[in-house]
Amino acid sequence: MREKRTLSQFKAWLYLLPAVLFLGAFLVYPLIDVLIYSFEEGYNFASQTYQGTGLYNYSYVLHDPYFIQALKNTFLIVIITVPLSTGLALLISLGLNKIKALKDLFQTIFFLPYVTNTLAVGLVFMILFKKTAYTDGMINVLLHAFGSPGVDFIEGPYWAKIFVMCLYTIWVVMPFKILILTSALASVNPMYYKAARVDGTSPARIFFRITLPMISPMIFYLVITGFIGAFKAYSDEVALFGTDLNAAGMNTIVGYVYDMLYGDSGGYPSYASAAALILFTVILTITMINLLASNKKVSV
Amino acid sequence: MKVVIEHLTKIFPGRERKNPKDVVAVSDFDFEIPDGKLVGLLGPSGCGKSTALNLICGLEAPTEGRIFFGEDDVTQLPPEHRGVGLVFQNYALYPHLSVRQNIRFPLENLKGDAKLTKEAMEEKVQEAAKVVQIEGLLDRKPGEMSGGQQQRVAIARALVKKPKVLLLDEPLSNLDARLRLQTREEIRRIQCETGITTVFVTHDQEEAMSISDLIVVMKEGKVQQVGAPQEVYDSPANLFVAKFLGNPQINVFEGEVKDERLRIGEDDLLPVKGAPDGKVLVGIRPEAFVWNKEGAFCCGKKAVEVMGRDSSIVFTHADAVTSQPRAIIDSELVSAEIGDEVRFDLRPKKVFLFHPDTEERILFS
Repeated sequence: MREKRTLSQFKAWLYLLPAVLFLGAFLVYPLIDVLIYSFEEGYNFASQTYQGTGLYNYSYVLHDPYFIQALKNTFLIVIITVPLSTGLALLISLGLNKIKALKDLFQTIFFLPYVTNTLAVGLVFMILFKKTAYTDGMINVLLHAFGSPGVDFIEGPYWAKIFVMCLYTIWVVMPFKILILTSALASVNPMYYKAARVDGTSPARIFFRITLPMISPMIFYLVITGFIGAFKAYSDEVALFGTDLNAAGMNTIVGYVYDMLYGDSGGYPSYASAAALILFTVILTITMINLLASNKKVSV
Repeated sequence: MKVVIEHLTKIFPGRERKNPKDVVAVSDFDFEIPDGKLVGLLGPSGCGKSTALNLICGLEAPTEGRIFFGEDDVTQLPPEHRGVGLVFQNYALYPHLSVRQNIRFPLENLKGDAKLTKEAMEEKVQEAAKVVQIEGLLDRKPGEMSGGQQQRVAIARALVKKPKVLLLDEPLSNLDARLRLQTREEIRRIQCETGITTVFVTHDQEEAMSISDLIVVMKEGKVQQVGAPQEVYDSPANLFVAKFLGNPQINVFEGEVKDERLRIGEDDLLPVKGAPDGKVLVGIRPEAFVWNKEGAFCCGKKAVEVMGRDSSIVFTHADAVTSQPRAIIDSELVSAEIGDEVRFDLRPKKVFLFHPDTEERILFS
């Protein structure tokens, strides 16, 4: 009996072995490595040497104005884009769910940005917002038409850049949310709406007391993944403001990590590791808070 | 509140692109439900009984015809203004709300003068819960209850606003056999206690017969017969009704009337006064057969099924339309030594004649 159990356990581990090896080599080991780097001062990849251990890396990163700027940008993007994109996606999904004619067409149109390359979308935004020698950008042309002086969105004031950044992020993340929410809405049994109608429930009450609770697991899923995604924003910024994000003042935490690893003179793995761990802590904390809140609110 | 339905017709436009054919779900439905009665809408699936219920409820608008509650024409009214309570086949309880919140839901929708205080709502919830006997379960979620309990909650939710008419759509079809028996008596009791005019839809003839004051048998959108259950059973208007009511099903044979006597094959069976000569379809209820060695109706025995109190004799006959005709006979009368041939006498009241083409009833005395 006992032998049989050990054998079956051995078998189970044997089947798990490939996955365990891969995860260990490419996920767990690097994670631990990053943790170690973050405490080793002045680590050098080439010579594999460092000058000492301690919390100096964290102190440096937290006092680096570029990091502070990146942190601020990231938080702004997160706080603005996650609620806005989820809310807008919900509105659009509700609309999509209501219409009958051309529903498929609209669904496809709303999903298109998801299959479009980030950089291609970035190019479109350039045409809309960027000032060049030949044109002020389409939005500015429009603004001029209404008698406004116009703004340089790409190289101008901070708020304008953040505005374009957030607009871009929302534009990019919304299709997936619309897709998820339309299917969530479609999966609510129409019988509930019939029952509500017989009881004379107002449309607003139907939405808040029936629809919203029923799709709440999906909304929380979108909010949590939205938070994580927005905290890890980087490529969208590059698409809009180019690779020198520090100069544009539009860097994000991931961008900062990247710059520390490969940027200008390159090769500050210790600082990069410390910044990455700070980001990890932030995301973990926020996700935990989200999960706690959802446990209380979400009903399944 | 009596409910009067006048020439109600519902036509759904065809869905197929190429050959759109309108679907007539309910056709010229004419009926008056007396105040405080329990009415069963009965028919096979797709006969339009659920559509008829939705029309009475107001979830669907009729193509033609009118509906009155008492003296008021409610045809144009939306469901919430009709004062109806509807219980769905799958109960449609909101899974994220507790039983109390579910029952209170319709009350919270009241606006203006009708608005209730929290205490008044709680009182009404308690009252409704008491009628269906679920007072102890108010804080549970629907998912934590059995099907029968959920059914009760659904009925309580429909009753809480004191509707003028209670509508039940296949209320028992999601329950197992024993619960079904129990719940149908429960529905009867609740209906008697509250005195609310109730319409329920079912495809199960036994269910409809057992608790209804009146049954309406429907087929393909048309009403076939309306009447008290026993009356419809004893005197079906056509072959469809005769076949639909009764378990085991009525046995159908091809026969002939000649000189006011009914013949099936070689056997001269019954005097049928007033029936015209010609070919007929003969419906014989299983309980019409009286086992008799000198009986007039001669059949070949196939099997005897013992069911306790009764036994059913499955037999063969050359002129049978039914694939397995059977007779129900008191078990005590069945002796082991039934030969290969059985003979029966027939109880004339349990034998019906139908026109072979129209399948309408041919009366005789």
